[in-house]
Amino acid sequence: MLAIDGSLLDFKQLDLLAMRQTAIHRLDPRAKVLTTLIFIICVVSFGRYEISAMLPFLIYPVVLMTVGDLPGGYLLRKILIVIPFALVIGIFNPVFDRQVIMQFGPFEIWGGWISCMSILMRAILTTSVALILVAVTGFPATCEALEKLGMPKVFAVQLLFLYRYIFVLTDESVRTSRARQLRTFGRRGLGIRQFGSMIGHLLLRTWNRAERIHMAMLSRGFSGEFHTTHRQSRFGREEIVFMGGWIAFFVLFRVYNAPQLLGRLFTGTMP
Amino acid sequence: MSHHKVEVKDLRYVYPDGTVALHDVSFRIHHGESVAIVGANGAGKSTLLLHLNGYLSATSGKIVIGDIQLAKHNLTEIRRTVGMVFQDPDDQLFMPTVFDDIAFGPLNMGLAAAEVESRVTEALERVGAANLRNKPPYHLSGGEKKRVAIATVLSMLPEILVLDEPTNGLDPYARRQLIALLQAFHHTRIVTSHDLDMVLELCERTIILQEGRVMADGPTLDIFGNEELLKTCRLEKPLAMQGCPICSPGSRVMPEQKPLVPPHGDKNHDHEH
Repeated sequence: MLAIDGSLLDFKQLDLLAMRQTAIHRLDPRAKVLTTLIFIICVVSFGRYEISAMLPFLIYPVVLMTVGDLPGGYLLRKILIVIPFALVIGIFNPVFDRQVIMQFGPFEIWGGWISCMSILMRAILTTSVALILVAVTGFPATCEALEKLGMPKVFAVQLLFLYRYIFVLTDESVRTSRARQLRTFGRRGLGIRQFGSMIGHLLLRTWNRAERIHMAMLSRGFSGEFHTTHRQSRFGREEIVFMGGWIAFFVLFRVYNAPQLLGRLFTGTMP
Repeated sequence: MSHHKVEVKDLRYVYPDGTVALHDVSFRIHHGESVAIVGANGAGKSTLLLHLNGYLSATSGKIVIGDIQLAKHNLTEIRRTVGMVFQDPDDQLFMPTVFDDIAFGPLNMGLAAAEVESRVTEALERVGAANLRNKPPYHLSGGEKKRVAIATVLSMLPEILVLDEPTNGLDPYARRQLIALLQAFHHTRIVTSHDLDMVLELCERTIILQEGRVMADGPTLDIFGNEELLKTCRLEKPLAMQGCPICSPGSRVMPEQKPLVPPHGDKNHDHEH
C-alpha cells in the first residue's frame, strides 16, 4: 500500500516541477507539445532492428532535463515503472525470431534480441519525453495546448477531470485497502474474491461522487459548454527557434544513422 | 427588499423508491436572515437543500426565491441567485486551478474576461485566499479548500448562500476562521449542520427537521433551550449552553449513564469560567 501512497506523492511532485521557472518552462506549451509529438513519431517509425540510429535521440531528453532543472533520479524511477510493460511485449521476440543478425566469432546474435532491445529503447525514449513534457509544462497547460492544436474539447476536459480526480480516487482506494489490511493481520484475508467487491464498491463511490460533482457544476450554471480562460501564451521567436532546431535535429538523425556514419568515418570504410 | 426571500410551501418529495423524504415542509426566510436547518441523520436536510437550487424537483408544493417561482425554465436565474456550497469541497473544486474554479461560474454566466478576472480577485480576497490563486485544488489543506469552495460561489454574486455542513471536518482553528468569515457576510444564509455551537453563533433562527417534517421553527436560543424538544429530535444542547463539566458534572451526561467525571469532594474549584 505504501507503494500507492508513494506514487501519489510522486504525482504531486511532477506538478510541483511544472511550477518552476526556467527557459524551457516559459516556452509556449504548444511548441513543447508539437516537438514532443514529432520526436515520438520519429522514434516509433524506426525499423525493428534499429538501435544505434536511436542513440542521438537521447540528447533531447537529456538537454531538456538539464535546462529544465529536473531531478534525473526521479524521472529515471518513473521510467523504470514502464520498462516491465515494454519487456512483456518484446520478451518473446528472441524465441520466434532466430535469424542471425550479427556474429562475433562463435557468438551469434539473433534478430529477436535486437528487436527486443529496440522496443525497450523506444519505450525509454518515448516515456521520458512524455514525462519531461508534463514536468516542464504541467498537465492542464498540456491539455490546453492539445486543444488549441485541434484536439476536440471533450477529450481535453476528460483528461483534466481524470487528472483532477486521480488524486481523490487514489486516496479513497488507499483508505479502503488500509482498512482491509488492518483487519487481515498479515494474512490473505478472504483472498481475491474480496477485491472484487472492493473494486465494485469503489466504482459505486466514484459514481456517487460523479453525481455530486455534476450537481456542483449545475449549481454554478454549467450548461454543457466548458469555458476555460486561456492563459495568455504567445508563439514568438523562442518557440520558433526551439521547435525549428529540434525538428531539424530529429529529421536529420531519423534519415541518417549518425553513430554508424561516425563509426565508418573512424574506421575508414566510408562508402 | 423582499426579492431575496426564500419561501417553501407544502414541499413534498418522494424518492423514486417510494420513501417520503419531505412531508409538506413550509417556511419563509426573509432577506438577510441567517437560518439553520438542523436535524438527526436522515431527517431530510440534504434533500431539502437540493430543492433550493432546483437540483431535485418537488413531488408537490412550491418554492419561491425572490419573486420567482422555481421552475424548469428559470433554473439558470435561480442558480445564480442561490449560491450552494457543498459539504465535500472535493466535489466542488473540479477545475485544474483555484482561479479556473472560481472563474467557472462567472464564465458560465457569459461575463467578459476582465469582469471574470475582477470577480475572481474579489472573491478570493473576500475569503482571505488571494495567495492560493494559481494552486491546484489537491495542494490545499481542508480549511483552504473550504474557503475556496465558498469563493467559487461568491464570484457569482449570489444573494442567498446555502451551506451544507460548512464546519464539517475542519480543525478548531479553521472552524473559527470559517465562522468569522460567514458572520461577516450580509447574504441571506441557510446553513445545515450538526455543529450546534456554530449554529448558536451564526444563526438567529433555527428550523428543526425530523423525518421530513418541520418540528420547530423559531429563535435559536428558544429552540436550544427546549430540552424536551431537542431530545425527541435526537439532538442535544450546544456545548456552550451546557453546564460546566467540573462544577455540575451531572448536567452533561445522559440520564441512564453514570457521570463520567466523579463528583469531587472539595467545593472550591480551581478553574475559571
